[in-house]
Amino acid sequence: MSAATAEFKPFSRVKMAQNVAADIPEGWYVNLGIGIPTAVADHVPLEREVIFHSENGVLGMGPAPEKDKIEPWLINAGKQYVTLRPGGSMCHHADSFAMIRGGHLDLCVLGAFQVAENGDIANWATSENDTAPAVGGAMDLAAGAKRLWVLMEHTTKDGTPKLVHRCTYPLTAMAAVKRVYTNLATVDVTERGFVVRDMAPGLTFENLQARTEAKLYLPA
Amino acid sequence: MINKIVQSMADAMADIKDGSTVLLSGFGSVGQPNVLIDGLIEQGAKDLTVAANNAGAGHIGLARLMELGRVRRIICSFPRSSDPVVFETLYRAGKIELEIVPQGTLAERIRAAGAGVPAFFTATGVGTKMAVGKEHREINGRTYILEDALYGDVGLVEAWEADRWGNLTYKLAGRNFNPIVAMASKLTIVQTQHIKELGDIHPDHVITPGIFVDRVLHVPYGDPGGF
Repeated sequence: MSAATAEFKPFSRVKMAQNVAADIPEGWYVNLGIGIPTAVADHVPLEREVIFHSENGVLGMGPAPEKDKIEPWLINAGKQYVTLRPGGSMCHHADSFAMIRGGHLDLCVLGAFQVAENGDIANWATSENDTAPAVGGAMDLAAGAKRLWVLMEHTTKDGTPKLVHRCTYPLTAMAAVKRVYTNLATVDVTERGFVVRDMAPGLTFENLQARTEAKLYLPA
Repeated sequence: MINKIVQSMADAMADIKDGSTVLLSGFGSVGQPNVLIDGLIEQGAKDLTVAANNAGAGHIGLARLMELGRVRRIICSFPRSSDPVVFETLYRAGKIELEIVPQGTLAERIRAAGAGVPAFFTATGVGTKMAVGKEHREINGRTYILEDALYGDVGLVEAWEADRWGNLTYKLAGRNFNPIVAMASKLTIVQTQHIKELGDIHPDHVITPGIFVDRVLHVPYGDPGGF
């Protein structure tokens, strides 16, 4: 670890999920993408009624089942076993995506490879020659939900910034992202560009900018 | 008397022709008519176009059908799986064509076919590789692309309950693509866990009315497993 990184403490994966969960109000219909975003649900208390949706036709998902109470016919989009809370319902795939594409979801949280300062998102393929591209529901979610938030590491493992001026990877959707939660900061996508809402403890604005390709702004 | 229940797999698979487009339901192995896929393997039709969310796992079911060289082209949203070795090997070798489609566009294309809508505009995919070569139109200030309906010559469906008119119910997440595959296919073939007497499925509980169904085969195999 370099001296520069020793000065601050990045948000842990758990804290990142908690940061997102804290900003979701009761009553929202929410789709959580596969991977880190799925963990957000663990940090929304059941008494705050947030209704989680899964692309395969599940609305009102509850916590993961105990091992001896698995229902083999009830899975989420990540093909993990889930539960249905009282009030939950099932629908077919076209209706499930009508919820997404018809603008009925208040929020979708996705992972990403890159987010650009104009809100473009790239999260489904890392090169133009991907041998077996797999898009799933990401393009529908990004284009259809009322809000798209991204939850991701601030840089790649080798330190390459993921908050960029323009995406270099194939796009998932244009001008779709409203907010980004990373291990270093929470950043809003605005007409000015990226505006920093929150930073990891001990991190300076200059230090955050040094790890970000796009220009950052402080709230006006 | 109408009786769509067939007594054998051979009867269920009769007359599926080479070159058919086969719509296949299922999300992972939940709601996927695996026994009918085995029947299609046995039946022998080739040069198939298969539309399914995933491109098979391991060496069984859809993966086996591809491995046997019977699938010319696959239309899917997520060709990766826990074990996508068959698809990836064929794809890298240039032995199978892939049309990648956003999952919601795939579902809507199938539903549109079932509803007699030949094409529709959607915002999904605008500004991405998916939009290349497609008609764009601005409607009320937003840009959309035109997507075609996806019709099936054959649809393979898994139901929870069925009666002799072909009325169907599904179990939990086993519903997924099944109702729209039934709507969109000229020949809809169903495997069902339970056969009910006509009238024993409450009319409020029927999810796919029998008008969308041609053949029903009783396959009480139990719970899905493995993805």
